[in-house]
Amino acid sequence: MFYRLSGVHHANYVSDSRIFKVPADRNLTAFIFLIGLAAPFIIPSLYLNSYMLPWLIWTAAALGLNLVTGWAGQLHLGYAAVMAVGAYSSIHAARFGVPWEFALIIGGLTSSVIGSLFAFAALRVKGLYLALTTLAMQFVMDWVLTHSPAISGGSHASLQSPTLALLGQEITTDTGFYYVAFGWCVLVTIFMLNLKRTGLGRALVAVREKDFAAAILGVNSFYYKILAFATSSFIAGVSGALLVATFFFLAAPEQFSVAVSIQVLAMVIVGGLGSIIGSYFGVALILLVPGIVNGLVVTLSDGLGMQIDVETLAHIPNAVYGALIVIILLIEPLGLGKLYGNIRDYLMVWPFDQFKK
Amino acid sequence: MDWVFLSELAINGVLTGLLYSLFAIGLVLIYKASSVPNLAQGGLTMVGAYVVLALARDVGLPLWLAIPLAAVVMFGLGFGIERVALRRLAGRPVVMILMLTLGLDIFLRGTTLAIWGGTSRSMELGVSYDPLFLGDIFISRIHLVGAGVALALFVAFMLFFRTRTGIKLRAIADDYMASWSVGISVERGVGLSWALASVVAVAAGVIWGEIQGVDQALSLLLLKGLTVAVLGGLDSILGAVIAGIILGVVENVGADFLDPLVGGGSRELIVAAVLILTVMIRPHGLFGRHDIERV
Repeated sequence: MFYRLSGVHHANYVSDSRIFKVPADRNLTAFIFLIGLAAPFIIPSLYLNSYMLPWLIWTAAALGLNLVTGWAGQLHLGYAAVMAVGAYSSIHAARFGVPWEFALIIGGLTSSVIGSLFAFAALRVKGLYLALTTLAMQFVMDWVLTHSPAISGGSHASLQSPTLALLGQEITTDTGFYYVAFGWCVLVTIFMLNLKRTGLGRALVAVREKDFAAAILGVNSFYYKILAFATSSFIAGVSGALLVATFFFLAAPEQFSVAVSIQVLAMVIVGGLGSIIGSYFGVALILLVPGIVNGLVVTLSDGLGMQIDVETLAHIPNAVYGALIVIILLIEPLGLGKLYGNIRDYLMVWPFDQFKK
Repeated sequence: MDWVFLSELAINGVLTGLLYSLFAIGLVLIYKASSVPNLAQGGLTMVGAYVVLALARDVGLPLWLAIPLAAVVMFGLGFGIERVALRRLAGRPVVMILMLTLGLDIFLRGTTLAIWGGTSRSMELGVSYDPLFLGDIFISRIHLVGAGVALALFVAFMLFFRTRTGIKLRAIADDYMASWSVGISVERGVGLSWALASVVAVAAGVIWGEIQGVDQALSLLLLKGLTVAVLGGLDSILGAVIAGIILGVVENVGADFLDPLVGGGSRELIVAAVLILTVMIRPHGLFGRHDIERV
């Protein structure tokens, strides 16, 4: 009903491998895209800047992690370190006088190179042991970052980002920052949507399902693992750089700590491994809901006339964040993307209740 | 080369290392029974220490009573966590289980701090801070006590694994399908391993809380505990003890050599390097089972 299937017949491979097989999906995406374009005129600047912008950039970053964890099946607990590499190298490049367009690409490429180091761990072990190795590598990167003033920017360990300028235009307004974030997120989303239609995407999935079976089929799993890490690191690097350039304006090592790595992984897993729409939901949930719950607690306690300790309030978002991860995993281990998929499948044939795939 | 200084570093390294083992035993217990890497052990340790303090300060019990009571509370908490959360994800891919334990860790930390606040508290075990001199070698008393506790727990678990319940746990660790078919309750066994790990967390929380104060930093022991557990082989308690000693000595002596070179703070680097090298060279650790799949 809502996702009308009548009249949709795929008679050849080209039509069967389209991004949106059901017109309703395409229309919905177009609608959301238009809302995204119009957001600066609809949404008050405060919300635009403090909710929409980080949401979009984190979604781009989470999609990058989804590429390596969801598609290629390699656990990665050092993603924030890779983002840091991109952020620091592009800001250093920009401060050096390189135009921002190239600085962002430099950041992405540096991240790719460093991020591929993680792949060498993936060539040797997988699963839990890969997670532990990448975690240890994150600690090493953190250490290097905080202990080298040349990178982290002197004794205060903070690095001012120069004014963002793209295509000769200095970007200083909230609207401008929003469109940069929106553009990057759309770009990454289009890349990811197309990924599963390409040989690369299918090779990654083959490696995820069983690497030696993939090898027997002629898929070089070493090559594709390194490629997956390099690509996802590129996305991580540019996202990290944009995050500093449009949101933090100041790069500091703790913005890319272990906790952040865990947070991005949580976004991906809560959203659903290998699910693009899920990454959007996952980031929204992990990034925004703890703050909202905290606001609710404050309002409630004010309404009831209770006095809640400041320290308690400061830690409630953390408790909520942890609880959200646990609850979502218990309700639907495949994540929010799967929940959305269930609803979509149901609505496809509504008011009937059978859907045969 | 100053041999007295070096041996002082080594001996204190051994003692600190045994304290890491104290933490790692909890990880090993759970991994042994259910192959679940419990990344929430840091959070559990923190909760353990805070529960002891809550019983001692807020309720006003003496410490010798508060610690066993806290162990009982944590026993229940561990059992509950397994029952509510872990059991429902049994058999899922390791990435989801990892995430679940990470989520639990964040939740436990957040809740503890929301209830008791983030300011560092002291445990006040009553162990004297006067250094103990062994010839020219300086030894901290609390480290000695902690190392004793770690060894005592090690012996206790060695004995426990010879009892009827312990044999059941070993059977589950060996092959849970086979245990199931001979009538061992695998669920209860795994639950018990979580409960025991939570009790170990109380011990680790009390000792480490005395050393560095009871605050959020307790959960940062996780990296060191993981390194010890992996180096020892994730399913060997003996491995955890020996690996703890190795890591402690390497860290203490290595930091002394490296710190002047890199300007301090090289301990974390050494620990991370040991973890990476272990996984790269010998993923099953010193005493672990060789069933890890190589790529």
